[in-house]
Amino acid sequence: MKALVAVKRVVDYNVKVRVKSDQTGVDIANVKMSMNPFDEIAVEEAVRMKEKGILSEVIVVSCGVTQCQETLRTAMAIGADRGILVETTEELQPLAVAKLLKALADKEQPGLVILGKQAIDDDCNQTGQMLAALADWPQATFASKVEMADGHALITREVDGGLETLKLSLPAVVTTDLRLNEPRYVTLPNIMKAKKKQLDIFKPEDLGVDIQPRIKTLKVSEPPKRSAGIKVADVAALVDKLKNEAKVI
Amino acid sequence: MTSLVIAEHDNHSIKPATLNTVTAALACGGEVHVLVAGQNAAAAAQAAAQIAGVAKVLHADADGFAHGLAEQMAAQVLALAAHYSHILFAATASGKNIAPRVAAKLDVAQVSDITKVDAPDTFERPIYAGNAIATVQATDAIKVITVRTTGFDAAAASGGSAAVESVSPANAAAQSQFVGSEIAKNDRPELTAAKVIVSGGRALGSAEKFKEVITPLADKLGAALGASRAAVDAGYAPNDWQVGQTGKIVAPQLYVACGISGAIQHLAGMKDSKVIVAINKDPEAPIFSVADYGLEADLFVAVPELVAAL
Repeated sequence: MKALVAVKRVVDYNVKVRVKSDQTGVDIANVKMSMNPFDEIAVEEAVRMKEKGILSEVIVVSCGVTQCQETLRTAMAIGADRGILVETTEELQPLAVAKLLKALADKEQPGLVILGKQAIDDDCNQTGQMLAALADWPQATFASKVEMADGHALITREVDGGLETLKLSLPAVVTTDLRLNEPRYVTLPNIMKAKKKQLDIFKPEDLGVDIQPRIKTLKVSEPPKRSAGIKVADVAALVDKLKNEAKVI
Repeated sequence: MTSLVIAEHDNHSIKPATLNTVTAALACGGEVHVLVAGQNAAAAAQAAAQIAGVAKVLHADADGFAHGLAEQMAAQVLALAAHYSHILFAATASGKNIAPRVAAKLDVAQVSDITKVDAPDTFERPIYAGNAIATVQATDAIKVITVRTTGFDAAAASGGSAAVESVSPANAAAQSQFVGSEIAKNDRPELTAAKVIVSGGRALGSAEKFKEVITPLADKLGAALGASRAAVDAGYAPNDWQVGQTGKIVAPQLYVACGISGAIQHLAGMKDSKVIVAINKDPEAPIFSVADYGLEADLFVAVPELVAAL
């Protein structure tokens, strides 16, 4: 059984982005870019499943600019077998990405598609669910445990109030949460090896997908600033402030 | 123009997040209808009818809705979608799970996590962990939306008198099955609806210490318990306590952060709280830059002292 894993190139999670002064977006020129952390967890999970003999091949896919090849190479250094880049300089919104992934799933016929639950740039949390809908497949979002049993996937999900377990028929879509695994560090030999792995490049037109954005960004602005308050000397002063100044207790 | 709000409920009562979602729906203009899809959920449908501002409640009842599976819920919403200009879900684990499935089937974009309605087609939403606010316009005929509950006041849970209409349950192929759940029972307020939250970080050092030090303060304040990602990852606190960009977004009257350094991702989840108290022994901790009251102290000394002083 093959797995398709989607990875997104995003601004590194340690970078504090700045809003451009003309309010057209955030400034990402010369900012460190990395693989979306949830997608790294998705790649790690698929690679572990391959190491256990559950999967036969792990294919990573990224949609976006040429530089996404670096993200794909990182995924292949973790252990993915080959990569596919759907290359475009156009803005890609989750519905468009879901359609691109659907087209690739039709081609590759994976038993499982694993994605991060959300990208840390647009914070949308949509693509996996949309792909599942387009393909008419079952979904298990926010996974903290993935197991395979008699041709089904048993997925434990993080939900409000705790955990729940679902049994899905295959093929299925799984999106990862933070507790699923801790991705390995990539080693230099594996980075070198990844450079030689197959990486195919398509255009959205090749897949017959309309990627027209459906949402227009009118402006991007700074959030209201919260200024630092005061430091209090001791617990007694804190209680006094909360009672008499803030009046919250 | 009519909006449909997908209610979150336990078949008996409506969850608070639905009330904030109703307010967002009212801001979109037009009538607001609420869908209650459940199993023996007549009581929840009656409760939804009491929500101020709701014009009609649609009640779909079937065993298939017992566990709120995305496939079944989405099928029910899609059966009704054609009558609506806006379809709104709370941006909770459940809403986030179902909404994109509905949007994709309708071939429309979804606007996630809105914090403000500027116009019926224009919304504000935080991006980059809340470090920027995007104002976006949805161009599709049907707007599928998830609502960040902290962005909208709760509609009054009573005072309304909407009619409850039964709708025939939609059926989706059973591709997924509910196996079981581990939902922790507690008597504390729900994290996202709590007026006071006491949160603990990595500095607690163990699950035992977390319980021993943080719980008494939460008890004293009648607070919900929260945690930083570091504390959850380390196993000191359960996953559903995580406050932050990818966890729960909260905005209580009072947020007490104990031993939390204040990574951007954590701040994204709590910086809209009315009053923030930080207790941390590191004077440079970024949490102090958003705290109204900072106490530079060892939490193992200060928190018990605070419990005694309250």
